[in-house]
Amino acid sequence: MSTRLARGGRLIDRRKQMSFTFNGKRLKGFAGDTLASALLAENQMLLGRSFKYHRPRGLVASGAEEPNALMNLGEGAKFEPNQRATTTELFDGLAAQSQNHWPSLEYDIGIVNNYAARFLSAGFYYKTFMWPRPFWKHVFEPIIRHSAGLGRAPKARDADRYEHFYAHVDLLVIGGGIAGLQAALAAGKSGKRVLVIEQTAHWGGRAPVDGVEIAGKPADDWISESLAALEAMPNVRLRTRTMGAGVYDHGYVLAYERIGDHQPERDAPRHRLWRIRAARAITATGAIERPLSFVGNDIPGVMLAASLRDYVVNYGVSAGDRTVVVTNNDDAYRTAIALVEAGLSVPCIIDARPQANGILPQLARNLGISVKTGSAIAAVKGGKRVTGVTLCAQAGEGAVTEEIACEAVAMSGGWSPVVHLWSHCGGKLLWDEDHACFRPDPARAPLSHDGAAFVMAAGAANGAFAPSAVLADGLRAAQDAFGTKAEGTAPSANDMAEEPMLPVWIMPQGAPVEKRMKMWLDYQNDVKVADVQLAAREGYESVEHTKRYTTLGMATDQGKLSNINGLATLADALNAEIPQVGTTTFRPPYTPISMGSIGGEARGEIFQPLRRTPIHDWHAEQGAHWEPVGYWRRPYCFPRTGESHRDAVNREILATRGSLGVLDASTLGKIIVKGPDAAQFMDMLYTNMMSSLKPGKCRYGLMCSENGFLMDDGVVARIDDETFLVHTTTGGADHIHAHMEDWLQCEWWDWKVYTANVTEAWAQVAVVGPNARKVLEKLGCSTDISAEALPFMSWIEAKIGGFDARIFRISFSGELSFEIAIPASQGRAFWDALQEAGAEFGITPYGTEALHVMRAEKGFIMIGDETDGTVIPQDLGLGWAISKKKTDYLGKRAQQRSHMASPDRWQLVGLETLDGSVLQDGAYAVADGSNGNGQSNTQGRVTSTYYSPTLDKGIAMGLVLHGPDRMGEVLEFTQLDGGRCKAKIVNPVFFDPEGEKQNV
Amino acid sequence: MSELAISALNEAVSAGPVTVRELGLQGMITLRADLSDKKLASALKALTGLGMPAQRGIEREGDFAVAWMSPDELLILCPHAQAPKLEADLASKLKTIHHLVVNVSDARAIFAIEGQGAREALAKVTPADLHPEALREGELRRSRLAQVAAAFWIEGEDSIRLICFRSVAQYVFDLLAMSAKEGGEVGYF
Repeated sequence: MSTRLARGGRLIDRRKQMSFTFNGKRLKGFAGDTLASALLAENQMLLGRSFKYHRPRGLVASGAEEPNALMNLGEGAKFEPNQRATTTELFDGLAAQSQNHWPSLEYDIGIVNNYAARFLSAGFYYKTFMWPRPFWKHVFEPIIRHSAGLGRAPKARDADRYEHFYAHVDLLVIGGGIAGLQAALAAGKSGKRVLVIEQTAHWGGRAPVDGVEIAGKPADDWISESLAALEAMPNVRLRTRTMGAGVYDHGYVLAYERIGDHQPERDAPRHRLWRIRAARAITATGAIERPLSFVGNDIPGVMLAASLRDYVVNYGVSAGDRTVVVTNNDDAYRTAIALVEAGLSVPCIIDARPQANGILPQLARNLGISVKTGSAIAAVKGGKRVTGVTLCAQAGEGAVTEEIACEAVAMSGGWSPVVHLWSHCGGKLLWDEDHACFRPDPARAPLSHDGAAFVMAAGAANGAFAPSAVLADGLRAAQDAFGTKAEGTAPSANDMAEEPMLPVWIMPQGAPVEKRMKMWLDYQNDVKVADVQLAAREGYESVEHTKRYTTLGMATDQGKLSNINGLATLADALNAEIPQVGTTTFRPPYTPISMGSIGGEARGEIFQPLRRTPIHDWHAEQGAHWEPVGYWRRPYCFPRTGESHRDAVNREILATRGSLGVLDASTLGKIIVKGPDAAQFMDMLYTNMMSSLKPGKCRYGLMCSENGFLMDDGVVARIDDETFLVHTTTGGADHIHAHMEDWLQCEWWDWKVYTANVTEAWAQVAVVGPNARKVLEKLGCSTDISAEALPFMSWIEAKIGGFDARIFRISFSGELSFEIAIPASQGRAFWDALQEAGAEFGITPYGTEALHVMRAEKGFIMIGDETDGTVIPQDLGLGWAISKKKTDYLGKRAQQRSHMASPDRWQLVGLETLDGSVLQDGAYAVADGSNGNGQSNTQGRVTSTYYSPTLDKGIAMGLVLHGPDRMGEVLEFTQLDGGRCKAKIVNPVFFDPEGEKQNV
Repeated sequence: MSELAISALNEAVSAGPVTVRELGLQGMITLRADLSDKKLASALKALTGLGMPAQRGIEREGDFAVAWMSPDELLILCPHAQAPKLEADLASKLKTIHHLVVNVSDARAIFAIEGQGAREALAKVTPADLHPEALREGELRRSRLAQVAAAFWIEGEDSIRLICFRSVAQYVFDLLAMSAKEGGEVGYF
């Protein structure tokens, strides 16, 4: 059984006991434990089930590379699935649950998949598509869906908060092992801004566990001294629990800081996503040990050799009394030595190499450990935990030579540098024959905007494994980063010469297929040696295709343990060299990061900016039903108690047409265009003539893109000879302003015109209806606003009720109408005064829907309804607003193209159903015959359709083939239920075609 | 009815180790012209007492400030009630050169972010470099604040001023208040 040792554990504090639960069972650990070490100390070997076959799974590793020990953590609003036990720091009260089993971890029904393994071979999912066909939909898919996914999805809203933080540094050092610290020491002396981040809570990486001595002292001493030196540098910042997650173009790096995970009671952001701009980045990210492929290498108790050593040295936890070590290199001997020194038993070291005579093997032999060279594990015995191993020769097919009882197996297939962050932004790799691993190719580093390398790998991440080489490489990386020779030299370390490792991708070498079906490559996704070989036989030569076909490396650990073994297996099956097969793409993040951290502060009220007019709060107080318009919220209507939205809209329209309505039109775009060339510029922007507009007058105009399509409309007011005020649609304000600046800055840079977007400087209120003038006169106008003094389509600056105002006599409703612009700071006060003065006229605030209906009754087009980016003014009967005199305007030439000038373009008409009903929005007018897809031919479509309370019938506008020439003709329009609705083509101006009402 | 005028948030405050405060009505004038024109410099000097700011600079003195916004745009700060007159005076002094002067006081909101950690609170929502060596007193920085545009400058030790559009004032206030919340101290600058 696994247990806590009486002594040892450099990271734990035995005086501080903590209690936690696993599947409801109360367990104990110490401060400094990870959830993994605490579980192992409590003899909890079985931690979960695998994805596909529901095989028992226990710890394999001790860090970020762990594929198996994924937990559901927390409860309710603090629940989160797929949390890695090895990187979860223990805290008092932690509640963990294992995943992917039913009904319980110990007795799992899904294990039946294990016996159906031959039906779940590589690519089984894709094969289910092929045969037998009905099975996919009715049999395979439901089963696969049911068993898919590891953790549960959270149900409650996340109770935590998250944030971002932007940092700009000259050098970012990713990884706080001895390579990273040495690099930071050298770089820090330059005085430049240096940030060092370490994913764990501890500095120094593996060196203290591996017995490294630096400059004659234990590594821990050198690490503390280095940290003290770095902390004393005002230009250096150090962060633990901060993982380098991704490296992107131009030195952009994301780092993931875990603030609240280990202290959930603290009122603090749970995670902070660092968005770093680094001129240079050093990836001192260490290396990951590889498993070996032998039968039963997934049984709980089979662990990576160095990880097993971590549990003993860092946490004082043993995985079992008797541990068999199996290796192809010298490093694993350190585990055997550490175990014996901790008083545990190592029955033997199984070394696949023909001989092992290095310093470490000799040290092991001196401790009395039996070393069996040229040997292999034939099979691991056990179900939910290891009970023993059988041995065989590495060279043969696996004839068992001996059986050894043990509780744990420590395996080492060599080390792979963590090249992820180097690779994210295009860093290329070399195949290192000596260590059978990929390492960064410094000649093909990720390049920054200046063409220079901006990522430098250092230490084990760069393939430097011996401690003195690691330190020297850290120094070298700092020098490369700044392009200068840094001060000082790297200290020496107690390197122990290691003999070459032997690449071993399968154990034993000649294992037959039934054995290869029990050798796991990817523990989380259940991919075995046989699966990759099958993929190769089925023609998958590309490693990227094989990955997707077999799901190798596609689990949440992204193949940190399985990738190299998998592609070596593929290379062998293809009879190719490993570097020719290559690696799959390394993509950010390095390990999964929380969705919360990506969203940062953007949730709840501040998920998105909400733009508010000066009158917004009044609308909210009246219970307005809102309509989002861009980032604005505009009242759609103001329903009274018990009133439906439709009834509210109808009431608002009738009240406005009958007496007095008011609309908050503050969101309308308002852009000042000024300069000696402003009139010329306006003539180019609009299809109609604006230069002839007199100061004090208003004119409606259309704006087209250079491709001729109608993109905005609105009323222009001329302020003075040099100055125009452009009104745009609500959604158009920003992009029309940008459109103007684009032309002024890029094309007509010599024209003397300045623009300014003053949309938000003004509250704008439309005062509409037969009593509009009366209410303004009641408030008190400093000037005459009679029809003679202020005729339709003119404007004036005045005081109304003491408020500073611009009064525009324009109408989008067909009624007598004044649009009053008031400085935004006085907007609410004006609105309140207006409400009071209007009470005697039954003043009725109306929303966007009433606005829409009233403009449709008048046949006015709406950008976004009648236009959709394919419509030109000529389609809308707006030929009158297109100047024939002007030599040019934006869109003019495009509108002369044959298709744009075609008489067969659909044209705007009014539509009236024969029965008075309302046509469906977007409905098509059907034509004779059908197209190649068997669909009805069409000859038009509805662009706007409403019930008109004024006329008490449905009214609509639409674009119809030769429409204006077909007045009175009846067309059939589609309905969602498949039926047809008959409508007659009519004039689009349904109400007051002479314009008598607005012109009073 | 300027006595009824109110700012976007009517001087809302979020108190804490870092306090976020909407500063109420603030006069602001956008001035676009050829910034190298001597008439412009002398008009500014005469009306605000301030010199022409350098690129990305802000000149401040008493109730007035002049900030560089772009190669042909300045922002002038003045008391809210004085803005209409200053707008008119500037227009009249600049009559002979091509320019645009417009009162944008009511198009904006202005905030103070004050207290130890003010820079860090802001650095959570803007990609601009807020390191004390990078953003010093005397510079106005136009950038992004989460999802909206903003401009800010260092007013003094642990004191930042920030301008945004009026319609998003509540969003900006909530954003800054959240960033300044206790427990979120970064300890970086």
